[in-house]
Amino acid sequence: MIEHIGQRTLYLTGRPYLLSHASAVGKKEGEGPLGAYFDFVTEDDRMKQKSWELAESALQKTAIHLAIQKAGLHKGDLDVILAGDLLNQCTGSFLASVDSDTPYLGQYGACSTMAQGLALGGCLVEGGAARRLLAAASSHFCSAERQYRFPLAYGGQRTPTAQWTATAAGAAVLGAHGTGRIRLTHVLFGKMVELGVKDANNMGAAMAPAAYDTISALLSDLGAQPTDFDCIVTGDLGHVGADLLLTLLRTDGIDLSPVYSDCGSLLFGDEQDAHAGGSGCGCSAAVLCGPLLRDMQAGKIRRLVFAGTGAMMSPTSVQQGQPIAGICHAVVIERSDA
Amino acid sequence: MKLDKQSYQRLLEQKSPPSPLPLDCLKAFLFGGAICTVGEAVSNFWQWRGLETTDAAAATSITMVFLGALLTCLHLYEKLAKHAGAGTIVPITGFANSIVSPAMEFKSEGLVLGVGAKLFVIAGPVLAYGISASVIYGLVLMLLGGGGGA
Repeated sequence: MIEHIGQRTLYLTGRPYLLSHASAVGKKEGEGPLGAYFDFVTEDDRMKQKSWELAESALQKTAIHLAIQKAGLHKGDLDVILAGDLLNQCTGSFLASVDSDTPYLGQYGACSTMAQGLALGGCLVEGGAARRLLAAASSHFCSAERQYRFPLAYGGQRTPTAQWTATAAGAAVLGAHGTGRIRLTHVLFGKMVELGVKDANNMGAAMAPAAYDTISALLSDLGAQPTDFDCIVTGDLGHVGADLLLTLLRTDGIDLSPVYSDCGSLLFGDEQDAHAGGSGCGCSAAVLCGPLLRDMQAGKIRRLVFAGTGAMMSPTSVQQGQPIAGICHAVVIERSDA
Repeated sequence: MKLDKQSYQRLLEQKSPPSPLPLDCLKAFLFGGAICTVGEAVSNFWQWRGLETTDAAAATSITMVFLGALLTCLHLYEKLAKHAGAGTIVPITGFANSIVSPAMEFKSEGLVLGVGAKLFVIAGPVLAYGISASVIYGLVLMLLGGGGGA
């Protein structure tokens, strides 16, 4: 059953199980500080495919297959796949699941897609619409560049606030029944928040107000302090957005810093030239389905808020002068000892 | 806290590191200057090979465009441009880069709808307004009778 708590938080009383998770990343991501925690690191970002879109779908497919395998399931055991990416018409995702023989729901939440898929998936499982489902998201630096920015070989300069689209994918299987210890307990669907940011090279700043809105609402609904959680992690605000979020919360007397991390800030090392940090649907998906859920399995994290952040924009909307809205969906994941 | 656009704009300006403008300018000057020095050397080479000054200038442009295209194909131009900024965009090598890079990128969509249609996706505005400007300039010159032509 789904219970409403406070203004916007949903409590999933059956606490769906996170049966398995898997991550697949590109070469640069594999060379980063989290490299050892991903299930699959490719040496060839092209994934032996003839286009970058196919390469991204191959990466997402790898994560999906690994997650299904780890859950001890087979193709066809899933009731639905919820998947998304950054490309037009979710190209990376539909290509990855076209031969899955499984009902498919394409998702678009920009870089918040993994959190959106988990939140929606949790509700579908809790409501009985699916017994087992998979949520996945991916992004690829090369396919994103050609759609959103410039050809790869074009000589341009990035600003210090620009983020680096991660070549990465993550997938997680949710189920109504299981024996695992990691479970989804709460869900909060984010509102779009737009504060006039128009710089597509500063998406952390565009997303921080949405993260502030969602995290404030969640803490208030649950009557919780940040330290009631072991870790509160945002999707990919990067260094600039993360700093803004902490500042905004501090004005309300909330100190998030003891438990706070950001997937975009974690993914790349300072020497990797990623400027303000990682971004892209695959960034938070792979960091959650790699290091974070591994730490939960190992008992290092027992209560986690995963707040995926996305920037609602397209090349068309930016060219037409529209501001960039942020969005942030949150899920609470807990590890039980029973 | 209720956020309004003005106060958020002030906050984000505080928190967003600006581009290092003096350093960027210096690097653009040095890299751009180096490319022009290479161009000068190429021009001297052609003149030494016996070309007239005007022919040597055309041959130099052709050579520099070739070098820009070659470095783009080898994925070296973008590595240079990362540091050089405007220093690699402004010289004619940058123009070569802006045409060769989409040609490489959109090959996967085929020769017609990919390479053919996207070839000028970056250089297009420069060509459109550059050619328009020269047409207008030519007309003005003709009307003022300073053209010296027909």
